[in-house]
Amino acid sequence: MGSSERANFKNPVVSWVDERLPIFTLMQKEYGVFPTPKNFNYFWNFGAIAMFMLVAMIVSGIVLAMHYTANTHLAFDSVERIMRDVNGGWLIRYIHMNGASFFFVAVYIHIFRGMYYGSYKRPRELLWILGVVIFLLMMATAFIGYVLPWGQMSLWGATVITNLFSAIPLVGQSIVTLLWGGFSIDNPTLTRFFALHYLLPFVIFAVVFLHVWALHVTGSNNPLGIDTKGPQDTLPFHPYYTMKDTFGLAVFLIIYAVFIFYMPNALGHPDNYIPANPLVTPAHIVPEWYFLPFYAMLRAITFDIGIPFTDVVIIDAKLLGVLTMFGSIALLFVLPWLDSHPIRSARFRPLFKLFLLALVVDFVFLGYVGSQPADATFLGLSLSYFGLAGTVYYYGFFLVALPWLSKNEKGRELPASIHESVLNQSKDAH
Amino acid sequence: MRKIALLSLALLFCLAAPSAWSSEAVEPPQKDWSFDGPTGTFDRAALQRGYKVYREVCSACHAMKHLAFRNLADIGYDEGQIKAIAAEYTFVDGPNDEGDMYERPGLPSDHFKSPFANDNAAKAANGGALPPDLSLIIKARHDGPNYVYGILTGYEEPPADKALQPGQNWNKYMPGHVIAMAPPLSDDGIVYEDGSPQRIEQYAADVVEFLTWASEPSLESRKRTGVKVLIFLMVMAGVMYAIKRKIWAGAH
Ligand code: HEC
Ligand code: HEM
Repeated sequence: MGSSERANFKNPVVSWVDERLPIFTLMQKEYGVFPTPKNFNYFWNFGAIAMFMLVAMIVSGIVLAMHYTANTHLAFDSVERIMRDVNGGWLIRYIHMNGASFFFVAVYIHIFRGMYYGSYKRPRELLWILGVVIFLLMMATAFIGYVLPWGQMSLWGATVITNLFSAIPLVGQSIVTLLWGGFSIDNPTLTRFFALHYLLPFVIFAVVFLHVWALHVTGSNNPLGIDTKGPQDTLPFHPYYTMKDTFGLAVFLIIYAVFIFYMPNALGHPDNYIPANPLVTPAHIVPEWYFLPFYAMLRAITFDIGIPFTDVVIIDAKLLGVLTMFGSIALLFVLPWLDSHPIRSARFRPLFKLFLLALVVDFVFLGYVGSQPADATFLGLSLSYFGLAGTVYYYGFFLVALPWLSKNEKGRELPASIHESVLNQSKDAH
Repeated sequence: MRKIALLSLALLFCLAAPSAWSSEAVEPPQKDWSFDGPTGTFDRAALQRGYKVYREVCSACHAMKHLAFRNLADIGYDEGQIKAIAAEYTFVDGPNDEGDMYERPGLPSDHFKSPFANDNAAKAANGGALPPDLSLIIKARHDGPNYVYGILTGYEEPPADKALQPGQNWNKYMPGHVIAMAPPLSDDGIVYEDGSPQRIEQYAADVVEFLTWASEPSLESRKRTGVKVLIFLMVMAGVMYAIKRKIWAGAH
């Protein structure tokens, strides 16, 4: 960073600082003139939107933490005090509560963009892996955050999810005890969850930094999925993409604001306005919507795997469910190697595109299955069969379809360059 | 391209749509509430009548510990009235300089007085069932306003094949239909000074209005702020779009 050439700044103060610490040169290089493919569509807005949401969560979270009390006797009431007695407290809390959902909306679209345009492929594998790490950390942060208001769903959601770890052979129970800080979910659990909930967003911030660093080494992918070949293919990041990102962000914020101000509790669960009570189990325990597809995969596994015709169980249903759920994210880590097709963008891979869009439908369907009570039926069949079918497709996409398509899909002819393709497009339009 | 945009929009909607709850309970009737919709506000007269219903009936069993008397300023009582209402209750305070606890009349800063000393006392007085705190009841139930209205107006004779234990009542809208709370309202049970009909339906609607305010006192300022924020964001989006168009015009 230090050795590269410095930019010239007119302002003497800026120049003075930059000679000693070339931070302005860095900003200029990475966000000012940074060459960016000129053919981005609006899917490329969601990285900046996710970044904005992370900052919004940290800022609103720190204000909440000033008024929140991490104690099982006081937590619920302290959140209510934020809602009623703290100036603007209701706004801060609704920003944070719905912010978690909209952070996930942005990140899910961002991940889909990466898959559709093959952004995970060489040379961006590490960039992609860092993204999956962020996704995992976000899930941990949001899950832990949901426990803090200490409502019924906080307590019982935490009970279900932390109990999953007990399925791990040998060390499972010790892990659960460690997570709980004792032998049940109680005050030590809440205090450690608060400490972790405060910490993890900053860990996310650090990984986001690495993610963006890696991006600036390889440069951005684009809707055509072909490499940039020179200045005719790119535009400086500023003002072209700073302005486009700000516009996209404003549109996103409009939808977010509609939720904050007009339906702030629509994405939450009413049970979380009942104080946590270890003696009363809610009728249906459901996680937040952004976990539902994974929850469906967890619950889809209701059978043991053993040696046929004997009673020997190798993996029991609980462990298998947990493995299936975490495995679904592990698959994302190895995605760059499961799909080795040379063409990146789904635009030029009609078959891949079909399978991927079906995966999106499958994922939404799994989310629906996850939202239903465990004993629900559909067309007379237990819903867990549908969950199983959805899970099989999810795994089939990654483990069967992708490797097969890598070998057998021919794909369409790629355009010669971004520049040429953009020119042809504007010719067609006129 | 357009197809993908549509698809992702559809996806967003699916995710945003509240999940369909299959529940044993009957869907309560959908009433029009003054506070519904993006511009809805509370009806001050209904709030005050609703508070009267709570005070004269529900407060015998249900606490509302998140509310303080001073909050009543929100629903149109003035300082003198609030002081007078608070002073009707006796609170234990202390210790004083001698180290003794003492009784004093309530102050506007006191929270609503709970009818029972603790949950066990509440259960003992209600045949083992706990009357929940009502401060958040509207937000703590799916479709809260209609649900609570349904509970208050939904008492029926049990079907012939269902035998009720003493202390149990049949309610159309309670999940499982059996509820420990006896019908709390009856026609002409509470005197309204403003000439509103003294009927169960009116009492129920008024107390729901009051409980909705109690669950979400910021509802009105939230919606008002929302209008300003949305106008700001839309103007900002419009301006940014124009700037973006202008900058990009020369790019291709
Ligand atoms: C005589 C005591 C008593 C009075 C008076 C009373 N309730 Fe109740 N209420 C109860 C009890 C006991 C329960 C718990 C019922 C159960 O769990 O089966 C209850 C439960 C409720 C519930 C919760 C139902 C649910 O979904 O769990 C609501 C809402 C409610 N009462 C509203 C009111 C309102 C409004 C009033 C005043 C108009 C009122 N109650 C007056 C005793 C009372
Ligand atoms: C990655 C970013 C973050 C995510 C995804 C996240 C998520 C959540 C969620 C889902 C809740 C529960 C909301 C509710 O139902 O009330 C919550 C609560 C909370 N969060 Fe965060 N959070 C993030 C960052 C932070 C930060 C940085 C802080 C503080 C330093 C913080 C402090 C709190 C506090 C005090 C609560 C409890 C108050 C409440 O429930 O409203 N959060 N968080």
